[in-house]
Amino acid sequence: MNDLAEIISQNEDRLRTEWIRTMSSSVERADLISKAEMNEQCGSILKEIVEGVKTSGPENLSGAGWNGTRELLSSISASRARQGFSPTDVATFVLSLKQPLFVLIRDKMGKSPDQLFETVWSSTRLLDSLALITTEAYTATREELIMRQQQELLELSTPVVKLWDGILALPIIGTLDSARTQVVMESLLQAVVATNSRYAIIDITGVPTVDTLVAQHLLKTITAARLMGAECIISGVRPQIAQTIVHLGINLEDVITKAKLSDAFGLALQRSGRAVVKTAAAAAANPLSGLFGKREE
Amino acid sequence: MERIPVLRMGSLLLITIQVDMHDKLALQLQDDVTERISDWGSTGVLIDISSLEIVDSFIGRMLANIAGMSRVLGAETVVVGMQPAVAITLVELGMSLTGVRTALSVEAGMELLYGNSITGSEDERTEA
Repeated sequence: MNDLAEIISQNEDRLRTEWIRTMSSSVERADLISKAEMNEQCGSILKEIVEGVKTSGPENLSGAGWNGTRELLSSISASRARQGFSPTDVATFVLSLKQPLFVLIRDKMGKSPDQLFETVWSSTRLLDSLALITTEAYTATREELIMRQQQELLELSTPVVKLWDGILALPIIGTLDSARTQVVMESLLQAVVATNSRYAIIDITGVPTVDTLVAQHLLKTITAARLMGAECIISGVRPQIAQTIVHLGINLEDVITKAKLSDAFGLALQRSGRAVVKTAAAAAANPLSGLFGKREE
Repeated sequence: MERIPVLRMGSLLLITIQVDMHDKLALQLQDDVTERISDWGSTGVLIDISSLEIVDSFIGRMLANIAGMSRVLGAETVVVGMQPAVAITLVELGMSLTGVRTALSVEAGMELLYGNSITGSEDERTEA
């Protein structure tokens, strides 16, 4: 089936212009990709297709001759996935080659219907498979992107901060699911060992809802910390969450809970035998403090 | 036979688990601890498991049992230095060792036990 290769290579310029024209009505996104770049991409794809048809034939897409095409299409659609093209855009990019190619084939083989049908059929199958490769590469890139973002999210969302010698804080932001609980638990326990902290404050201000599952996850973390010899205080319980906890009948009686992170920090300081006092210098430097002092009296 | 040493430190017993616990060893340890407490009249048991990296439900129960037995014999148990992975495993196994006190390090555990034995035996009693 070298006719196809011949047709394409002989009319490459015309095919490319037609292809880009067909595409421009639906796909071409001038905001995302420049005309020159598009032209170059289309040209190199056509060259690779000719190469593939010549070496391995249009049927055998897994053949060595198609390696170039496959790689080229994969890299193009991968870069498009990153640029923000929609899946339809990417699939149509290859499929819009059909019309100009068929027109070309008709011009060349219009006189013998059998040969015409044969060529059109094989090129349809070829282009469909190429479109599939493109879509697959697109999806793979998107999935990779999502995976990476998930990973980043997991790492971003579990910072353990040291508030004071022996006091850690773990602000949790977002819903706690099993996977996140695992990460939260691990990073908290590691930090407890690393900093030799007796008190850990888990701040749930950023947790939108607390249901039985989230509560169970929290209790697990607290129990694990207790097993290691650290005490956990939950802070940042909002009024609605306090109501939900009671309505759901979640038993948090063995856990110390506080409304504010500052309350929890105060408690941890107090338990570790520390107190925060205002220095005399600060009181003297700030004239307002004297005023407030008088008012208090 | 392999044995886990039980050391005496004043009124405390110090047990450092540095080998992989197997079931026989755990049972032997239970025997030893209970015997030593009644022999020496210890008031506290400190179990250091900082080198224990693998734990199963049997070992978890063994720790809870030792704590329970010691309490019956009048001694308080503190488990110190549990590794994060061990703590997670125990929680996943559903064992929260409710009767056992814990501390981060041997030092902190000693403080806990000595604080207890001093205030618990003298001050609180005189107050009462």
